[in-house]
Amino acid sequence: MSVEFFLFLLVAAVAVVAALGLLLSRNAIYAAMFLILNMASVAVIYLLLNAPFIAAVQVAVYAGAIMVLFVFVIMLLGAEKLNPADTKLALKWQRPLSIVLGMALFLLLGAVILTRLGGAVAAKMIDTSPLAIGKALFTTYLLPFEVVSVLLLAAVVGAVVLTKKS
Amino acid sequence: MNTLLEIILKAAVITLVALTGFAYLTLLERKFISRLQARYGPNRVGPFGLLQPAAEALKLIVKESIMPDKADRPMFFLAPIMAVVPALAIFAVVPFGKGPVLQLASNVNVGMLYVAAVIGTAVYGVAIAGWASNNKYASLGGLRAAAQVVSYELALGLSMVTVVLLASSASLAEIVQAQQPGNILGWNIFKLPVGFVAASIFAMTSLAELARAPYDLVEAEQELTAGYITEYSGMKFALFFMSEYIKMIALSALFATFFLGGWSGPFVNSLASPFGEILSLVYFIIKVLACLLLMVLVRATLPRLRYDKLMAFGWKMLLPVSLLNVVVTALMIVLGIF
Repeated sequence: MSVEFFLFLLVAAVAVVAALGLLLSRNAIYAAMFLILNMASVAVIYLLLNAPFIAAVQVAVYAGAIMVLFVFVIMLLGAEKLNPADTKLALKWQRPLSIVLGMALFLLLGAVILTRLGGAVAAKMIDTSPLAIGKALFTTYLLPFEVVSVLLLAAVVGAVVLTKKS
Repeated sequence: MNTLLEIILKAAVITLVALTGFAYLTLLERKFISRLQARYGPNRVGPFGLLQPAAEALKLIVKESIMPDKADRPMFFLAPIMAVVPALAIFAVVPFGKGPVLQLASNVNVGMLYVAAVIGTAVYGVAIAGWASNNKYASLGGLRAAAQVVSYELALGLSMVTVVLLASSASLAEIVQAQQPGNILGWNIFKLPVGFVAASIFAMTSLAELARAPYDLVEAEQELTAGYITEYSGMKFALFFMSEYIKMIALSALFATFFLGGWSGPFVNSLASPFGEILSLVYFIIKVLACLLLMVLVRATLPRLRYDKLMAFGWKMLLPVSLLNVVVTALMIVLGIF
């Protein structure tokens, strides 16, 4: 039982509780806060897996930028409380569908865990420094990287067009 | 186990120093601004008013902590904590001086990303305080804070990218090492023109991240009474105050590390073991103090921006200039100038 194992148990418990809190809270601000807590604990799990770059990016991008916008929009619209009548009407056919899809996901995950359990996954020590990741992005994965950048540019242009008053 | 103990001890010392620094920074600011406005400032409590921070702390501790009736209780309690923790967390990667004794985790290779992540999460305290107070002025202050920080974070991040390019490393310890060719011209701020542009953008955007004058629309007294902090009193008020001043110290320390050569200075590398380290710490403190005085000077000099001007300046001026600056830096490095 190493320190890392205890840390993992603690952080994983926090992550699960935060995810449950996100699902069960009736207030959108609380849901957003639980999501941030979940993201932060997942970042710590990345750190335990020896991937500091992913951990820092996880917090910087998701918790630091995207969730700030989420919180901003929730506060701006005053949309933190849902009207129960609206939710019943809006979620008519999504409920059974989400149950089916959720069960499918659990079956898939269960199958993977059952078939992989026992055979230990070989831990590969790879270079996770920002330098190595940058090199990989601009050599091996250059095409996907550029495609994603064009996609993001299209999204930015789309946002500008949508907000323009004509 | 030894290293764990060492880390806990260092973290405790950093926290204590930051808290003391916060107390005396408030006094320094009041004294300095008073002098600029031809007043004396606090001079009654202790010699030269040196015990003023202690008196204020005592006052805030014994004050009644008021909770608005319609406020959201858990978030109202959590918001001050969410403001203080990121402010303190920035110090983890700052190299305070030469040698491992004066550094906590400054050699992590994602130091710069860690800084960006921590600064990015610092806004939640203010935004949630505004929301949880259930007060129109407070909500407006919180909204302004969220929009302002998201807008200025982009330019801030790009100015930090310039520093990473110049040092070809994202570790703060290596950024300091890369600025030491033996004289002052090695500092990033003197790597003209890109270093100076990046330093200016970092200085301006960090003032916006701190929501200090001239970007203090978050707590604009004339329009929003006190913005997000309106409903807070007693120790919770003090925590928000603390987070602002600790962030001031942290961002000044980052500015000194990124652009002013960090702890480097004359005789640091030639002196014998303990003295070189002590001298490096002294140089670092002098540089941080210079940045802090500049922040106070800006507050005493410049009027507040209008909100639309603030947004226009961030998006139409700082962001394009910092983007261009990154491109020029990359070009100059490819051409072998740096």
